[in-house]
Amino acid sequence: MERIPVLRMGSLLLITIQVDMHDKLALQLQDDVTERISDWGSTGVLIDISSLEIVDSFIGRMLANIAAMSRVLGAETVVVGMQPAVAITLVELGMSLPGVRTALSVEAGMELLYGAGAGFRSESDHERSEA
Amino acid sequence: MSELAEIISRNEDQIRSEWTRDMSKSVERADLMSKTELDEQCSALLKAIVDGSRVSGVREITGAGWNAARDLLTEITASRARQGFSPSEVATFVLSLKQPLFAAIRREMSKSADKMFETLWGATELLDGLALITTESYIATREEFIARQQQELLELSTPVVKLWDGILALPIIGTLDSARTQVVMENLLQTVVSTNSKYAIIDITGVPTVDTLVAQHLLKTITAARLMGADCIISGVRPQIAQTIVHLGINLEDVITRAKLSDAFALALQRSGRTVVRIGSAGSAASGAPRALAGPLAKQED
Repeated sequence: MERIPVLRMGSLLLITIQVDMHDKLALQLQDDVTERISDWGSTGVLIDISSLEIVDSFIGRMLANIAAMSRVLGAETVVVGMQPAVAITLVELGMSLPGVRTALSVEAGMELLYGAGAGFRSESDHERSEA
Repeated sequence: MSELAEIISRNEDQIRSEWTRDMSKSVERADLMSKTELDEQCSALLKAIVDGSRVSGVREITGAGWNAARDLLTEITASRARQGFSPSEVATFVLSLKQPLFAAIRREMSKSADKMFETLWGATELLDGLALITTESYIATREEFIARQQQELLELSTPVVKLWDGILALPIIGTLDSARTQVVMENLLQTVVSTNSKYAIIDITGVPTVDTLVAQHLLKTITAARLMGADCIISGVRPQIAQTIVHLGINLEDVITRAKLSDAFALALQRSGRTVVRIGSAGSAASGAPRALAGPLAKQED
């Protein structure tokens, strides 16, 4: 069966959505994410939607749901790489995803999740420390 | 009802010469168009009127037979509107046909008063209808003009400028309506993606008034930017506007606002982990002008 992969990166989960979502796939993803968080004790979830061109209220709700579920399990969710058209559509639909954090790229999202002093440094930080 | 058509075609030359003579008295604009051009337009319109009243009758100005006359008139009016004729000048072009036409009817139908009245009435209605067409197409041409200029204004007036690595500024000039917000929002979000900017400063110094609708449009833009992972700062809030916002009860609690663009820029620099420092010690002042640089550029200067 078609499935959206959930990758483990240290204490984070990385989910890249590249196909059109439908009900079954979304439910399966919610199952997978919650299972993985509790299995691996992940503290953060990154959802990359940069290749999604079209969203509807269903996907918006799914993102909000995953964020809420992860928070219950103790993991922070960051949605990264939303396209301008997608953002406009969600705002017009009245879905501002209040509980979800966002970032421009996966890298920025990781930085956000690891926070300062958690061992993760971006390239620019490396440059700065070398200089 | 083709008596009128017969009268016109029998007296065509006389009507046309009287018509152009009348027009030259009242509205001829030698500065805008030549006499030969006017003559051509007159005879073309007379011919179209003859054809129209032969095919569809004088009373049926919306009928298919009048298509040619209507198209011709619309075309003439549109070209005149572009040349700078006033609406009354354009309408007079048709209305000044009345006198020569009525004179011709009178000459031909002096025997029967009833018949003459009937034909006169038909001609009056016809010419009034044609004059209305000119007015309408004049306005349509002008509206087209205005719409095109609005579109051009819209495209010109929403620049997104990059202030620093990862910091954008969007100075908004003029009132924000729905159409403009859409353009502003799309421009901003596209630039956020293409420059990978974390901070966007929306400067509303040039927005004359902020009402609930404008505020709602701003909040929409900010929400969309947040969904993509960029933070928005509103700057250029004038004291008057700050008061209006509070009086209207607009909730800008979740939005970072600053009085000046410079304050917002300083905040964005600070949030992205950069500081602005003066080069050299405070006492040396070698270059005179304060050169404040931050982030990667400041490092190169070292």
